[in-house]
Amino acid sequence: MTAKLFKGLLLSATLLSSAGLAQAQDVTLTIESWRNDDLSIWQDTIIPAFEAANPGIKIKFTPSAPAEYNAVLNSKLEAGSAGDLITCRPFDASLALYDAGYLASLADLEGMANFSDVAKSAWITDDGANPFCVPMASVIHGFIYNKAAFEAVGVEVPQTEEEFFAALEKIKADATYIPMAMGTNDQWEAATMGYQNIGPNYWKGEEGRNALIKGEQKLTDDAWVEPYRVLAKWKDYLGDGFEAQTYPDSQNLFTLGRAAVYPAGSWEISGFNTQADFEMGAFMPPVKAAGDTCYISDHTDIAIGMNAKTPNAEAAKTFLNWVASSEFATLYANALPGFFPLSSEPVTLEDPLAQEFISWRQKCESTIRSTYQILSRGTPNLENETWNASANVIRGSETPEDAGKRLQDGLASWYEPQK
Amino acid sequence: MSISSEKPTVRWHIGVFLAPAVLIYTAVMILPLFGTLQLSFFRMIDREAVFVGLENFRTLFFDPRWSASFWNALGNNTWFFIIHMLVQNPIGILLAAILSSPRLRLASAYRTAIFIPTILSFVIVGFGWKLILSPIWGVAPSILDAVGLKMLFAPWLGKEEYALTTLSLISVWQFVGIPMMLIYAALLSIPDDIIEAAECDGVTGMSQFWKVKLPLILPSIGIISVLTFVANFNAFDLIYSAQGALAGPNYATDILGTFLYRTFFGFQLQIGDASMGSTIASIMFLIILAGVCFYLFIIQRRLRRYQF
Repeated sequence: MTAKLFKGLLLSATLLSSAGLAQAQDVTLTIESWRNDDLSIWQDTIIPAFEAANPGIKIKFTPSAPAEYNAVLNSKLEAGSAGDLITCRPFDASLALYDAGYLASLADLEGMANFSDVAKSAWITDDGANPFCVPMASVIHGFIYNKAAFEAVGVEVPQTEEEFFAALEKIKADATYIPMAMGTNDQWEAATMGYQNIGPNYWKGEEGRNALIKGEQKLTDDAWVEPYRVLAKWKDYLGDGFEAQTYPDSQNLFTLGRAAVYPAGSWEISGFNTQADFEMGAFMPPVKAAGDTCYISDHTDIAIGMNAKTPNAEAAKTFLNWVASSEFATLYANALPGFFPLSSEPVTLEDPLAQEFISWRQKCESTIRSTYQILSRGTPNLENETWNASANVIRGSETPEDAGKRLQDGLASWYEPQK
Repeated sequence: MSISSEKPTVRWHIGVFLAPAVLIYTAVMILPLFGTLQLSFFRMIDREAVFVGLENFRTLFFDPRWSASFWNALGNNTWFFIIHMLVQNPIGILLAAILSSPRLRLASAYRTAIFIPTILSFVIVGFGWKLILSPIWGVAPSILDAVGLKMLFAPWLGKEEYALTTLSLISVWQFVGIPMMLIYAALLSIPDDIIEAAECDGVTGMSQFWKVKLPLILPSIGIISVLTFVANFNAFDLIYSAQGALAGPNYATDILGTFLYRTFFGFQLQIGDASMGSTIASIMFLIILAGVCFYLFIIQRRLRRYQF
């Protein structure tokens, strides 16, 4: 009798556990992302670490091309075929998704306590009540340089604008290296690595950015036109035919050691580390005069939220809480040096170039890209117009003053405080 | 039996044979077309589609920013079409005339070689030419350098004044095979006795081409013009794969297709606007419809056809 009972118990136990197992295997979370560069990092490092800690939840990382991500994601969400977890662009693109009911509110997610208000600012409703994405990382702008090239030509790392152009002039005169690797074909580098990189020093970071949002400053003010004047001077130091030079062209020119300076975002670090076989250093955007306060663009760039219509909400929340943990922050920051964690939890970075970038947070005032919050809500879209204007100014087909006026007119045409 | 034979027979096979084409065409072409037209009369206001009549069209034509973008795209598109008409079709006819010459050897090899780019994907063509013309890695600057003409090289795709023409010529290179094939077929179908009669009358060589063959292939040239028109005003892929959705530099290569894409699906921080996108799509449809009607009702009726 007892043997029979025992057998029955065993049998039911196996049945139950296997049923449980089968059920657990069913939960597969799909992540929508634009970071197709990170596919192997997710597959080899991040996902296995999560799956090991959370048996029964499987993660599928399905990125699309960065330039198409927003359009693809919007169509998928409308059609109801989007993944359970959505990688969030900062500010309005994601806010619009939340307002349309595609992203779930994460106000009651425990992990959100690990982030400061600044870190959450890019993914929260205007009233601050409902955060909807867990912040993952920010990127810092600056310049990456070829140490060997600087030694060979004999230039020092520039601190001020004057030293910066003197260094470029010297590299140009030496003629071994292209002074700076950047093209205007894809337009966005001109705005992102050009204007938004050097600009904060002129408009004094958050101070100018907030004044612009409140309507106290205009894009025709000197603080906003001056960076264009500086950009216009870059033209002479870019490679031959920079007008048709694409973003990958610039990356390759630099990593092949043909260019000395690369106006960069910190996201380049991991790619450059594998590509370049020379030692690289980084310097922050040069200030106007020695001793000025420096401002850096420390842009909240990437976060992850939950599809409001996901059938696997519990599993998705487990994942999001894990993303908010310091375990994820350390894994992510070290797997992708250059994407700096926003979490208040302590994280150690090993990559020297990434350390250099993140050290600027101590020395300088941080800000985010000026066009991202609120100002790109209307048509014409200020961010896209800034791409166009920056590329035009560098190519010399529009004067800095005209560019400033055109952007201001465009912004004033729909943005109340600027009217 | 005798009663049923008096009834008109139901010719059900007509319906059966038509059904697949009609159903598929309706589902994938006609319904979306009317959906687009319908969408262009609505606008999203507070997340609700509101009927606004012709308001979207008014915005497109009379709002200074929208109309500037629209006319820029239409102007560029027209230039794109003109280049095709002036370069692609004459070259196509010329190639066909050369290929149909009986004295040309290896004609089929040339024919295949010239036709191959047509079957290539836009992405390959766009990317390939971008590499060829790249000022950094491209073969174009090194070839020009080898013959001492380096000063003629410019970063064509990056200059406002050249980019659109360059892309048009790339597209011509890709599609020259189509007019060539159609004209080639038309030339081959001219009966030998007409040619012989012309020769008896002393019409040979170039004048034979101008006076006998060209009038006989005019209907084919008309068809090719219409096909080129439709394809050019629907074009999008090549510009998108070579210059991206912003159609740089400074919108110099923006055509209706890229303008539509940017508006409809949004771009980077710009959120897509389905109503304005549909408005642009409807205008594109009307432009193409007008062009095709102009051909069907004005040109085609005046073309003289010859019966052999």
